[in-house]
Amino acid sequence: MVGAGLVVIGVGIGIGRIGGSAMDAIARQPEATNKIQTAMLIAAALIEGIGFAALFAVS
Amino acid sequence: MRLKNFAKALILTALTTPVFASSSDSDHSDSDHNEHTTSHQNDAVDTKEEIKSYIMHHLEDTYHFGIWDKAGVSFPLPVILFDEGVHVFSSSNFADDHGHHDGIAESNGKYYKIDHAKIYRTDAEGTITYDSHHHATNVKPFDFSITKNVMMIIITGLLMLLLFRSLGKSYAANGGISKGVGRFLEPIVLYVRDDIARPNIGEKKYKKYLPFLLTIFFFVWFLNIFGLTPLGVNVTGNIAVTFALALLVFLFTNFTGTKDYWMHLFNPLGNAMPWYGKAVLYIILIPIEILGIFIKPFSLMIRLYANMQAGHIVLMSLVGLIYIFGNMMGGSLSFLLAFAISLIEVLVALLQAYIFTMLAALYFGFAAEEHEHHDEAHAH
Repeated sequence: MVGAGLVVIGVGIGIGRIGGSAMDAIARQPEATNKIQTAMLIAAALIEGIGFAALFAVS
Repeated sequence: MRLKNFAKALILTALTTPVFASSSDSDHSDSDHNEHTTSHQNDAVDTKEEIKSYIMHHLEDTYHFGIWDKAGVSFPLPVILFDEGVHVFSSSNFADDHGHHDGIAESNGKYYKIDHAKIYRTDAEGTITYDSHHHATNVKPFDFSITKNVMMIIITGLLMLLLFRSLGKSYAANGGISKGVGRFLEPIVLYVRDDIARPNIGEKKYKKYLPFLLTIFFFVWFLNIFGLTPLGVNVTGNIAVTFALALLVFLFTNFTGTKDYWMHLFNPLGNAMPWYGKAVLYIILIPIEILGIFIKPFSLMIRLYANMQAGHIVLMSLVGLIYIFGNMMGGSLSFLLAFAISLIEVLVALLQAYIFTMLAALYFGFAAEEHEHHDEAHAH
């Protein structure tokens, strides 16, 4: 159960950082919004996938 | 024309009827539950167990389509078994006097019983033997039944056929301009083409993969949305369904893989290093690359399954919280939370379909790549 909590903390930090960086990038270059969003979603999905795999392994 | 409109109206009615059915469903379970708690006098553990089993029951596939199980409003589906001959019978044969589906069904001299959502062959008394891990040891016949999930898949397939055929036909009829529901679908189709397929696969080859990507996008999206309706289906949250989708992506990727794709897997360094150097590196690299072929679709499978499953569990747990709090304050709080999460789930339904398609397109892009890195090697 502690492991599941740790996994979620890690995934939360990871996705939070991706989202934050994407916000920064969009603020700097609003014309590249679409490309940044796509890359952000892919990276977030990959982290999320690892998170789910870890959750399954823990439970 | 008139017939077509009628068919559309019929489908719309079929889709919206369960909404009303289920709103009265919650009323019913509400009053039902009050009786339950008064008879048990604040037995909190019992309520929790009941909610847990209710959620687990919702997540699994069933042999009948239960819209309002407590009142017995459900329609039976055909059970098809291959067990020394074909057995076809209605799932209502499993129903006992109380409307639960744990009775014994008889077909051509053989007896069947449902145990933990799977059909097993039993004797006339319906005895099921268990091993030490509490797994049933009875014979399991080959099961090709039209279960709830299978039926939803068929319905979604027919719905897609209807929608996209009408979109295709409206182009021909109106000289290249879509009409009706096609006006809603056309921008989404174009989005998948221009923002998912083209940039990831490349201008030259995207047309080969586009039909598959479009199909998988709309299929996953529609099924995710169906999962949020009160029909109580959980198709994309079923690992067998996502396994089949991921398997298709796996087969498409590897059977359309170009020479460059395989070279990238088995000889990524090319002429950049003498063979003895490569031999040392490849002992580690090639097994990793081979594992990667399987991990990519595997992660697709797990991602979609886990996201949809988790969404359903969270939503139903929040609804279940209403009964655990059992007062006005907590009840309205969990209702608001459940409402907010429902809205997020609508977004997640689209997002997961998008990500599945996006990553599938990315993998197809790897498979279709043809870069000029032979020329580069010569130039250096």
